Amino acid sequence: MTDEQMTGAKMVIRALVDQGIDTIFGYPGGAVLPIYDALFQQNNLRHILVRHEQAAVHAAEGYARSTGKIGAVLVTSGPGATNAVTGLTDALMDSIPVICLTGQVATHLIGNDAFQEADTTGITRPCTKHNYLVKSIEDLPRILHEAVYVATHGRPGPVVVDLPKDVQQTVGSYVSPKAVVHRSYRPKTEPDAEAVQKAVALLSQAKQPIIYAGGGVINAGQEASDLLYKLVKKTGAPITNTLMGLGCYPASEPEFVGMLGMHGTYEANLAMYNCDVMLCVGARFDDRVTGRLDAFSPKSKKIHIDIDASSINKNVLVDLPIVADAGRALAAILEAWEAGGHSADAEAMGDWWTAIEGWRERNCLGFRQEGEVIKPQYAIKRLYELTKDRDCYITTEVGQHQMWAAQFINFEEPKRWMTSGGLGTMGYGFPAAIGVQVAHPESLVIDVAGEASILMNIQELSTVAQYGLPVKIFVVNNQWMGMVRQWQELLHGGRYSESYSDSLPDFVKLAESFGAVGIVCDKPEELDQKILQMIETPKPVIFDCRVSPDENCFPMIPSGAAHYEMLLGPEDEAAHEVSEEGKLLV
Amino acid sequence: MQQAAKERRIFAVLVDNEPGVLARVIGLFSGRGYNIESLTVTEVDPAAHLSRITIVSSGTPQVLDQIHAQLDRLVPVTRVCDLTNDYAGAFVDRETALVKVVGSGDKRVEALRIADIFKAEAVDAGLDHFIFQITHRPDKLERFIDLMRPLGLIDVCRTGVIAISRGAREM
Repeated sequence: MTDEQMTGAKMVIRALVDQGIDTIFGYPGGAVLPIYDALFQQNNLRHILVRHEQAAVHAAEGYARSTGKIGAVLVTSGPGATNAVTGLTDALMDSIPVICLTGQVATHLIGNDAFQEADTTGITRPCTKHNYLVKSIEDLPRILHEAVYVATHGRPGPVVVDLPKDVQQTVGSYVSPKAVVHRSYRPKTEPDAEAVQKAVALLSQAKQPIIYAGGGVINAGQEASDLLYKLVKKTGAPITNTLMGLGCYPASEPEFVGMLGMHGTYEANLAMYNCDVMLCVGARFDDRVTGRLDAFSPKSKKIHIDIDASSINKNVLVDLPIVADAGRALAAILEAWEAGGHSADAEAMGDWWTAIEGWRERNCLGFRQEGEVIKPQYAIKRLYELTKDRDCYITTEVGQHQMWAAQFINFEEPKRWMTSGGLGTMGYGFPAAIGVQVAHPESLVIDVAGEASILMNIQELSTVAQYGLPVKIFVVNNQWMGMVRQWQELLHGGRYSESYSDSLPDFVKLAESFGAVGIVCDKPEELDQKILQMIETPKPVIFDCRVSPDENCFPMIPSGAAHYEMLLGPEDEAAHEVSEEGKLLV
Repeated sequence: MQQAAKERRIFAVLVDNEPGVLARVIGLFSGRGYNIESLTVTEVDPAAHLSRITIVSSGTPQVLDQIHAQLDRLVPVTRVCDLTNDYAGAFVDRETALVKVVGSGDKRVEALRIADIFKAEAVDAGLDHFIFQITHRPDKLERFIDLMRPLGLIDVCRTGVIAISRGAREM
């Protein structure tokens, strides 16, 4: 009914439950006590207590990305809200739907520098898709439903709802989701028919096409991945994925040429450079992907499908923009392809694939595991081989281990891979894994971590202990902030300023102190057996995998370089001086 | 890459009149490093709670197109119109200024004479000063202010540009 009376605090919970949300990650505090009191008196919404608000948002992101549903967060005012900012920015950059409820001081205190007051809507305005300050109980149900709508429609993103304490305690009329329609926000999801025809014309005449697919395909749902699969099979085109897009096309299929970009494969980057028609679906020509812009895929006609018009022509000027949901656009292209009776140019495609196979033969991800020390690539490769036939989800922190995980772990379906792409947030992977494990209690959830990143949200060991979440933390421990060290080697004359991981904890004892299991491994011959031991342990595990400290992540397009200027290994390093402009880039 | 020439563009932006909407628009410009030459805002439809923002910006065509798209994706933005391009230049733009000129003798007479030519109205006058109110195209307004400078201009206040498309169509 539309006129049920309840307090604002109860309304918050009711609205979330009515929106199909059953789990919320949070941390209590003075300004949200009424909501925590209401939480205590119900059983429809499960609360997971994290140990830091940043982790609450990352956990909600992991939950959202592994389920396709919205993630929910509840934090207090002031420091609760400011601690959430990194997570919110992360969700914004990677287009993850999150609703974050923040407590606020009572309305009459706002602006008075009250205890634990912060201008939360002001602070989070640039790091959310949208945000609200609820000034009156009459607005509360509408804003809660709108917030979920805005977070999940169009390009998804985080939405903050700032809730003054007096509004939480006031009684008002609840309104159900059906009664709320946003007054103006109507993202365009259907593709323009004429543009679809032009896209099919371009694709059908292509001699060297490539499909470049990103996280937008995953956000568009399983159906979009299925349609992408069909389109690839129809056109016979090679497909590459962005870091965010891994899993939207099965990695074991022959058309998959691997990830592209700075640490992408040689074949993916050279195919991008040499293609004549590029179909970009749900990706945004990020600087990690394009390399030097004036040398980016110079010969191609570019088709760009994106639900966000502002992604079009932002970095790379394209020939044919299609503003639409990735799934709808792929469906329309497939339909038009079939209606037009098109088929790929077999001869041209044969030549194109011969070229691609030639690049593939360079075996750009090759490494030699020899000697007494574990190579990080080998560690991740073995982790993949021993988990690939299981129901497994992978999250990562940020750095070398993240890139190796992207290179060596193959994903056969979407929503299995959670990594911080746009913001590059160290400390993301462990709390994200918590969110994934909460959503999939029976699945194997592994955070591939570095020894530096893991310390950024290590307090969450307490969370996994409390809820008995058997998250596995696979620490690729090379005793360096590896990616920082790698750049210092390549760009700063090997002056390793502050990048050594000094004073590391004993990870085994650390795990044990939280009731988890610690495993340490430093011998290649023991690796498989210990990884299996980790997998079979029904508790949280920290796996301290001691690897060689000086390994660099290859292949690599140095900053400011073009796709064809890839470094395939250490022997290429000396041959390519990084340009002065390149040194200015991040 | 070759740098395209900079252009000037006028955007009309219809927004839901809700708290923080102006901060969102301004934050977008500062956060992404876009130029604002002028910005005006007032509620234009109280019943529908709609405000209209007129923004004059400059940049390369690619940047200006980005500004258009970025404005459009803000949740409370109902409509964005590129007046400079969408109507092939068929728009009316106006700006009002209040100009305080202090002086005596010939300069004072000359100031009054020029004000007359520009159809500026003296809205306040004393034996030692005038305040002129002038409404015009921005370029003509600039000209008036420039002429007043040597004649004792000590204070100037401008509204920023407002603009609307010509013809019988709505925005």
